[in-house]
Amino acid sequence: MKSRLVVRLAAMALALCAASAFAGNIKDIRMATTTSTDNSGLLQYLLPKFEADCKCKIHYTAVGTGAALKLGQNGDVDVVLVHARPAENKFVAAGYGVNRRDVMYNDFVIVGPASDPAGVKGTHDPLKALKKIHASGATFVSRGDDSGTNKKELAYWKSIGIKPGGPHYLAVGQGMGATLTVAGEKGAYTLSDRATYTTYAAKTGLHILVQGSKKLLNPYGVIAVNPKRYPNINYKGAMTFIKWMTSPRGQKAIGDYRFKGAQLFHPDYGHPPQ
Amino acid sequence: MDLLEPTRQAFALLFSGDPELWQIIWLSLWVSVAAIALIAAPSIALGFLLAKKRFPGQRAAVVLVQALLSFPTVVIGLAIYLLLSRRGPFGSFELLFTPWAIMIGYMMIALPILVVFTISAVQGADPRVYETARCLGADRLAASLTTLWEVRFGILAAVVNGFGRAISEVGCAIMVGGNIAGLTRNIPTAIALETTKGDFAQGIALGFVLMLVALGVNVLLALLQGEGGLR
Repeated sequence: MKSRLVVRLAAMALALCAASAFAGNIKDIRMATTTSTDNSGLLQYLLPKFEADCKCKIHYTAVGTGAALKLGQNGDVDVVLVHARPAENKFVAAGYGVNRRDVMYNDFVIVGPASDPAGVKGTHDPLKALKKIHASGATFVSRGDDSGTNKKELAYWKSIGIKPGGPHYLAVGQGMGATLTVAGEKGAYTLSDRATYTTYAAKTGLHILVQGSKKLLNPYGVIAVNPKRYPNINYKGAMTFIKWMTSPRGQKAIGDYRFKGAQLFHPDYGHPPQ
Repeated sequence: MDLLEPTRQAFALLFSGDPELWQIIWLSLWVSVAAIALIAAPSIALGFLLAKKRFPGQRAAVVLVQALLSFPTVVIGLAIYLLLSRRGPFGSFELLFTPWAIMIGYMMIALPILVVFTISAVQGADPRVYETARCLGADRLAASLTTLWEVRFGILAAVVNGFGRAISEVGCAIMVGGNIAGLTRNIPTAIALETTKGDFAQGIALGFVLMLVALGVNVLLALLQGEGGLR
């Protein structure tokens, strides 16, 4: 019995060695990305396809955009997949990242309680809606975590000249799911990406009240961490991933992904929506 | 990574009287002090009863409370969440994601510590204290209080330990408090958040304050115990 186990273990070890030997010469890729790509199930759908094509492994950590860029800046990952154009441009301009590419977009929605105390239902323009919410004194829950969604929300407030704060503005400093949960409990409004909201709709009892404006589009970019800054980074792996994401095959896979029957991400390499 | 720069920023934050930072510190302190103040008396009474009174199932009750000592705080957080949620039995009070929810959590976390420490302190006391007090005409309550006074240093240690566990707890506080800036963000949840944001200065500053509080409380305990603490 015992010897058979040993033989089997040895055979498994051998098989593993052989598998890694045939796996090509791309080291494991480390990626930092945002919670929305993870929570929506997109990565679980895309990455196995990518791994099969490149015969390599990719590991990812899902955090807010600000934290993801920080991981890239510190050389803790090889590639980042994020959504906050101004921050991405800064990241590249500062020399932390290279070869930024547009890959896809999804959209934001403003959600709130069915009672809609601020009366924003049916509004398309997020700026008008936020003005109304602010004026009505209704509670608004903010991510407050420097994520792409948080940056977008703050940019909206800035463009309507309102400095968010006070007892009706709750910054929770957590991911989208936790933020939606707090909004549901407080009967408050919040800005969410459509994917995460869809997952939490039933649990929170929140409704989509504002959607369908160009201002609500949320473009994603993929950036390789600069190999000049971190010579030991897996730049080759990062570029393999970027090339795959922007290839017809990768773009088709993004567009094919369905979440609860709905298309959430729209591929846009080479033809950004704006 | 550069460690000196965030540390320097941390001290700058502390000494510039950054209102956000001090608000977080203040919240942590008042919620944990209030929680301990509210739960201490009933827990000590319960501990005393479990140590002194003989009744069927007493052993089982003591074992249960001792097991609660190693109960994960996130499970306490989950239970309180379910009770206070809008869909929970106490949803109409709208307590979830308020400092009161954190306070309830802290009380539940501190309770087993206070009870278990009290049990061992009372069991360690000389039983003749109680008997003598009774002989001298004290009623049961007065005799019990006399015993508790005899073991006051053990009880004090229980209170300090309960406070320490509450103020440093993160899982339950983030679940039922929601880490809302200016409302329920306390020292541990702020440290957890700032680190995920990759922003270390505030985390270092708050960590420093938390260690100072721990040290301060324990120095105070040692001073109060005086000679008694060294026995």
